[in-house]
Formats: sequence, structure tokens, C-alpha cells
Amino acid sequence: MIKNIITLHSYKGWFFIFSLLAIATILLPILNIWVPEDSALHVPNYMFALMGKYLCYALVALAIDLIWGYTGILSLGHGVFFSMGGYAMGMYLMRSVGKEGVYKSDLPDFMVFLDWKELPWYWYGFDSFAFTLLVILVLPGVFAFIFGYFAFKSRIKGVYFAIITQAMTFASMLLFFRNATGFGGNNGLTDFKRILGYSLQVPSTKISLYIITACVLFVSYILSRYVVQSKLGRILTAIRDAESRVMFSGYNTIHYKLFIWTLSAFLCGIAGALYVPQVGIINPSEMQPSNSIEMAIWVAVGGRGTLSGALIGAGLVNGAKSWFTVAAPDYWLYFLGGLFIVVTLFFPKGFIGIISRLFLKNKVKEST
Amino acid sequence: MGFSCFCVAVKIMKETLLLLEPHILKTSLTSQKFFAKFVGGFVFVVICLLSFSAVEGSDFELTLKDLGHKSRSKIKKAVKNLGKQGNSAALPALQALKDNRLRVSDDGTLIILNEAGDVGREALTDKQVDIQSLELRKPRINNSVRRALSATIGKLQLQSTDTTIRLSAAKQLLKKSSSGLVELVEKALAVETNVEIRGVFNIVLAKEGLNSDDKTKRLESLKIIREFGDNDFKSVLEALLKKNENDEFLESDLEIRDNAEKALSSIERRQFFINQTANLFYGLSLGSILLLAALGLAITFGLMGVINMAHGEMLMIGAYATFLIQNLFKQYLPDFFDWYLIAAIPTAFIVSGVVGIIMERSVIRHLYGRPLETLLATWGISLILIQTIRLIFGAQNVEVANPSYLSGGIQAFNGVVLPYNRIAIIVFVVLVVISVWMLLQKTSLGLQVRAVTQNRKMASCMGISTHKVDMYTFGLGSGVAGLGGLALSQVGNVGPELGQLYIVDSFMVVVTGGVGKIAGTVAGALGLGVINKFLEPVAGAVLGKIIVLVLIVILIQKRPQGLFAPKGRMVDN
Repeated sequence: MIKNIITLHSYKGWFFIFSLLAIATILLPILNIWVPEDSALHVPNYMFALMGKYLCYALVALAIDLIWGYTGILSLGHGVFFSMGGYAMGMYLMRSVGKEGVYKSDLPDFMVFLDWKELPWYWYGFDSFAFTLLVILVLPGVFAFIFGYFAFKSRIKGVYFAIITQAMTFASMLLFFRNATGFGGNNGLTDFKRILGYSLQVPSTKISLYIITACVLFVSYILSRYVVQSKLGRILTAIRDAESRVMFSGYNTIHYKLFIWTLSAFLCGIAGALYVPQVGIINPSEMQPSNSIEMAIWVAVGGRGTLSGALIGAGLVNGAKSWFTVAAPDYWLYFLGGLFIVVTLFFPKGFIGIISRLFLKNKVKEST
Repeated sequence: MGFSCFCVAVKIMKETLLLLEPHILKTSLTSQKFFAKFVGGFVFVVICLLSFSAVEGSDFELTLKDLGHKSRSKIKKAVKNLGKQGNSAALPALQALKDNRLRVSDDGTLIILNEAGDVGREALTDKQVDIQSLELRKPRINNSVRRALSATIGKLQLQSTDTTIRLSAAKQLLKKSSSGLVELVEKALAVETNVEIRGVFNIVLAKEGLNSDDKTKRLESLKIIREFGDNDFKSVLEALLKKNENDEFLESDLEIRDNAEKALSSIERRQFFINQTANLFYGLSLGSILLLAALGLAITFGLMGVINMAHGEMLMIGAYATFLIQNLFKQYLPDFFDWYLIAAIPTAFIVSGVVGIIMERSVIRHLYGRPLETLLATWGISLILIQTIRLIFGAQNVEVANPSYLSGGIQAFNGVVLPYNRIAIIVFVVLVVISVWMLLQKTSLGLQVRAVTQNRKMASCMGISTHKVDMYTFGLGSGVAGLGGLALSQVGNVGPELGQLYIVDSFMVVVTGGVGKIAGTVAGALGLGVINKFLEPVAGAVLGKIIVLVLIVILIQKRPQGLFAPKGRMVDN
């Protein structure tokens, strides 16, 4: 097992990955804490919340790349799994606010506002962090497993699968928009105070959350790498390229698809749970169909079928979004729309494709 | 002398009535006759009682003037007298007094203000007066006067010559307690000829008859209620069936209870039927809107296999084209404003169709056979289109007015109104579906489209220019979506996000119906619309929609190719 993991990358590759991890988790916090604020090398506090958010997005992109890039199943409903993790974490954070809400009640503020007298049953248990963690790790996966089981069993694939996942996220969004559903309706869950007793407002908590996110992303990356390079990963790629032939070769493709679909939802749920304490809010708009489609474009921009591409794509698109929404908000949608068109028309392999083409050219030149 | 006085008085009364109640002009013929009779009848009286008639003629004026008296008891007396005289010319003044719109000038002239309170007219002559220049006093009334006023107004309305006034008065009686008016209603019923008003009078009497001591009368009343009564009677009937705390019925008579129960269940049954019919209509209306939104998608997705996520934006463009045509008409042809919708039909079709063709030529053409990529690329196009519209027209909704012939509706049942615009959309959808079907089945272009759908390579070998067919098909699908947008502009908001609202629904319709079948799309759209509307009262609008989405997802598990899919097995790739 360990030998298998070590052989995932060349020594150069491992060195590169570990140095990235070290820069992200050790160097940047040091630059924040020990470098004086007026220095050019100082990393400001807000950067950690921002980067933490990007790392969560990268984790989502990784999850989508597994199911779309490697297995060829486009999901337009990953916002649901993301929100499941997010809402579970949000419920815990809501409960840990205690009596410090606006209404000084034991219940979350929005319930007091709706004049509810007691906690709905599905909120029980979220006082405990262990229980919340269990829900975050189990619920998105179980939900995905059930949904996927029926969908794959009926051999729904391609655009049909994309459309019903979109319907799923749309229906969930409508459900969570209702006040009566009991998750804060329109406004969602917000005004969190602390996590595990640490205040969410202080920089040290933010940096810790950021480091945790980076580590989780690292582990998820290794896990995904392990999966796609295993024999199972080979079959997934074969399913993407010619599912019928895989079936005729005697494989039951449902098992493979179901496994990778569940794994993808599992990772997405974790990303949602890490996202909420760092951003400070979760609301139903995370389940908008447009959000889930945007997630797919992260992967497409970076390069489908390459794990590093997914990570880079999430960073590139969201970086551009942050820049545009400040500098030229009117043109962000033009940029995003153009990105969708240009990438699908001209760069089907995304950013990684462009890079490798450049390198390949160089290599060809060298050899001649 | 007296006779001429009387003639003048009658003339004044007639003029005032006509001027004060302009809607009576519609029935001016009957009122002429009425006045002819009136005059004829009184000539005799006048000849007999020359001097008295002079008093009688101006009596109305004098009593009316008393409405502005300083003393409340005088006002009350005047109100009662007016009721006794039975002259409906007094109605506007009475109504104005009740609504605090009556004013009295220094010389005692009554002036009626309009609702906004900025224009005043003399009560007797209907001449407009300058209310700023006059010192106006408001007659003070109390509840006792108000009660007298209500009774008198009701009475005068019942005797009015205008059927609409009588009908609304009769309906008013139904809502309020009318115990004091039984005799009045009976009298009015005796001379009433209009069937509808008679019906209402009967129900009013039945409602009062329930409280009478006469058992046969009560039973008769119950019978009438059973046949004609509506929801308003439920509480009355339920009260009859109540028990007191000793578990005894408040109503001791078994037969009455029995009949009340029957009447109650018959009312409930009728109401249930009315509700279901209304649901069906609104379901069909929603379904027809969905159908218009989905029909274009059925063409592009069903026939060409292209997932066009920008389809919703084709709807939006059609709606905005309608908006532009409306504004052009408003500016340059205000006299023909009502015709703008007709002019917008070809415009919406062509504008959306051209945008669709440009899309097909520039982007989608390169992505045939890669549905997932098409999905993402068209999503990108939709974002660009939305943002363009937002930058041109602003992010706010724009207003598209209904032409006059589409505003209003038919009162189908008690409380159920079928709006004209929804009826028009249903008709419009039928026409559009028929045209599309004819186009695909009966024209050579349709033949080519179907050939390309079935076997692209073979069609190409037979000399069909598949590229051209693709282009036309896509243009047709987008154009039909533009027509959908035109229809949507008549029932909903027009804004940049219009398309986003319908895109998920449209896909659901196409997927439910089955790909490549117009009939499937029709069935899918109407089915979803009707199911949605029937679920709404049970589960609420949002939950109903969620249930429908879940049902569709389950349905797709069972029939992955949709309800109307061709039978058989095939392997893709």
C-alpha cells in the first residue's frame, strides 16, 4: 500500500508537491506572523480567508474532475453535496453560538424570528462536533449513493444525467429557500461566533482553518491520484471512452461509476464543510444550477482528466472572478461566458493542454 | 302653474339622473320609456291635485337639500323620506354622504366631491363648481344615520332601472344581514324580470327564510340553498348542525338537519367541482406556457441532439423584441397601439431565429456530437446574452402592457375568472404547435430535417445539405422560443433573467415527453402544468414544484428515454 502510494509520483514530483504544501502551510503563516506589517513580504490576514476559500473550490474541482474528467459523467448538481457539507457545518456553528444571538435565545436567531418554540428533530445532535463531523463525512456520500444507484441502474448517462442532477440541485434549492424547511430560508445560516470554542473572528483561527483546508486538499489529492492510477482508475477512463465495450468485456460498470460518484460527493461535502466557517455564511444560492455549472468550468479551464489541472483551473477562474468583480463587474459575465466558449471550442484540454503542447514543441525542437 | 312646475321638476330629475349616472345612458331608451310612463301616470294625478303636485315635484329637491342640514335628526328624516319616495336620482348624493364626500355650500347647495376630493359637482344639476372658492361644510352624521343610509341606498338600488346596479345591490344583500329587507326583496322579486337577479333574490330570501318560524318555509329555503348556494352558506348550514355542550343538536328538527346536511354536501360537491375545473384551466394555462418554452427546445434537442442551455435566453430575446415593438408603437403609432402584439409575432420569431442561427454558425456547428461540450459552450453564450441585455435595458424588469383586448377575463363560475390573456396563450400555443407540426411533416424542409435526424450521413449522400438543414432547424427552434417569449411577456415579468426561470422546466418537459417527438413534448408540458396546479393547493407552490421535480427524476429512472420514446433497444457510442 505504502509502496503503491510512493510510486504515484517521481521523486521530483513528490519534492514539488511537498514544497508546495510547505510553502502554503508553513511559510505563508510565518510571513504573516513574524514579518512586520509594513514589509513587502508580509501576508495580510484577509489573504488566508481568501485562499482558504480557493482551496475549498479546488477540492470541489478535484471531486468534479474525478467524475467528469476521468469517468466522463458530467454532474451539474455538485452544489447539493457542497451545500450538504456546508449546512451540516453551519448547523453546528449555529448551535455553538449559544445564547449570544440577537435574541439571546437558546434557539438559532431565525427560529426565534419564525416564532418556533423548540428545535426541529433534524437539528438534534448538532451540538456535538463529533456528530457533525460524522454527518459531513457520511451524508453527502449516502445521498449520492442512493441517487447514483437508481440513476446508473437505469443507465441514465450523458446529458440526461446532467439534466437530472440539475433538476436535483434546483429542487433542493427551492426546498431550502422555504422558511418552513428549517434551515434559515433565504438568508441561510450566518452570524457564526466560534468553532470548537475558538472565535471565528481572530486571525489565528482563520489561519488554522486555512492550514487544515490545505492539508485536507493535500490528502484528497493523494487519494484521488491513488484512485485514478489504480486499476480501478484505468477502468474509469475506459468507461469514459467506450462504456459499452467495458461492459462487453465483463465489467459491471455500475459498481465503478457508483464508487467514483460517491467518492466525488464525499470530497465535495468536505469542501462545503471547510468553506462555511471561513466564509461565514451558507445559503440556498449555493445550490443554484448556475453555481454547479460554474464548478464544471473550473475543471474544463484547468484541463479535464488531469488532477493538477482541476486545482489550477479552480484557482485561475476564481482568481479572475475576484479581480473582475472589483475592477470591472459589468464584464465578469462576458469573461466567464467567453471562457466557456473558448475553452470548449479551442482548448478542450484546458490550461494543462496548452502548457504540455508548449513543452512538447520544445522537446520536438530539442530532438531535431 | 303647478303643471308647468311639475314638468320642470320632472325634466330636472331626468337630466340629473342621466348626468349623475352616466352608465344609465346605456339603458337610456328604457329610462325614456320609464319617464314617459312616469309623466303619463302623473298627468292624471297632477290634474286632480294641481297644487299638491307642485309640492310633490319639488319635494324631492327639498328632501335632498335636507341631507345637508345641520341637525342629524333632520338628515336622518330626509334619508328615510328619500327612501320612501323611491327616486333613484338621490343615490349619488346618498352614497356621497355615506362616504363623507358630500359638502354643503353657504347657500345650502349640495356638492358631491369625486373620490380624490379635488373636483366637486352640484348634486342637483351636476354642474362642476369651483370648490376652492366656496366655503364648504361637511354634514355630520352618526351611526344611526349611517344605518338609515345603508338601508335607503339598498332599497333605492334594488329599485334602480339599471340592471347592473340591481344585481350588485342584490349581491350586497347576500353578504350582509338583510333581515329588515325581506319585504322589500319580495316586492322587488315580484317585478324583477332579469333571471340572474331573480336567482340572487331567491337566495337572499332563502337565507332569511332559514330563520323563519315556518317549517315548510325553512325546508323550501334549504332546497333553494342546496341548488344555488355557494361557499358563503357553509357557515350558516354548519351552525344548523352544531351540538351544544350536552351533545344535543341545537336544531331540534330532524328533517331540517337532514336537509341542511344534504345542502351542505351538495354545496361542497359543487365547490369541489368548480375548484377542480379552475385547477384544470390554470394547469392547462401553465402547461401551454411550458409548452411554448419547451417546443423550441424539443426541436433543437430532440431533432438535432443539441443541448442548448441558451434556449431560455431565446425566450428572453423574444420577450424583449415584443417590448421594443410595443415602445415603437407607443411612440409612432399610438392610435394602433393594440395592434403591436400582432406586429410583434413575426418580429419576435425573426429576431430570436437570427440570434439562434448566428449561434449555430459560430459555435454549435463545431461541437456536433459532443453534447456535454455543447452544454457548456451554450451556457457561456447564455451568460453573454443575459449580460448584454442587462447592459442595454438595465437589470430591472421592463413593462410590457397587455393590449386592451387581452385585459380582463370571463367570469366562468362564482369566484373563478378566466383571464383573456391566458385563453389567448392557449389558442396561440395550439396554432404554433400545429404550424410546427405541419412544417415538419408536410414541407420539403421538414422532410429534410427528419431525414437528417434519422441518418445524417445517408441524408448527406442523398444530396441534402446537412449544414443548411442544421442551420434552419436551429433557427426554427430558436424562433419558436422567441414566440414563447412573446407569450410570456403577456403573463409575467420581462427581465434579463426571464430565461433562467424556464430553462430547468423546459428541459424537464422535453425529457419527460421523450426526445424527438412533438407529441411527447405536448403531453409532457400539459401533464406537468396540470399536475403542478393540482398539487399546489395541497402542498403549496414551492413544495408542489419540488414534488414534480422528484416525480420526473423517478420517472426518468423508469423510462430513461421519456414517456413517448420509440420502443426498442440500442447501444450508443
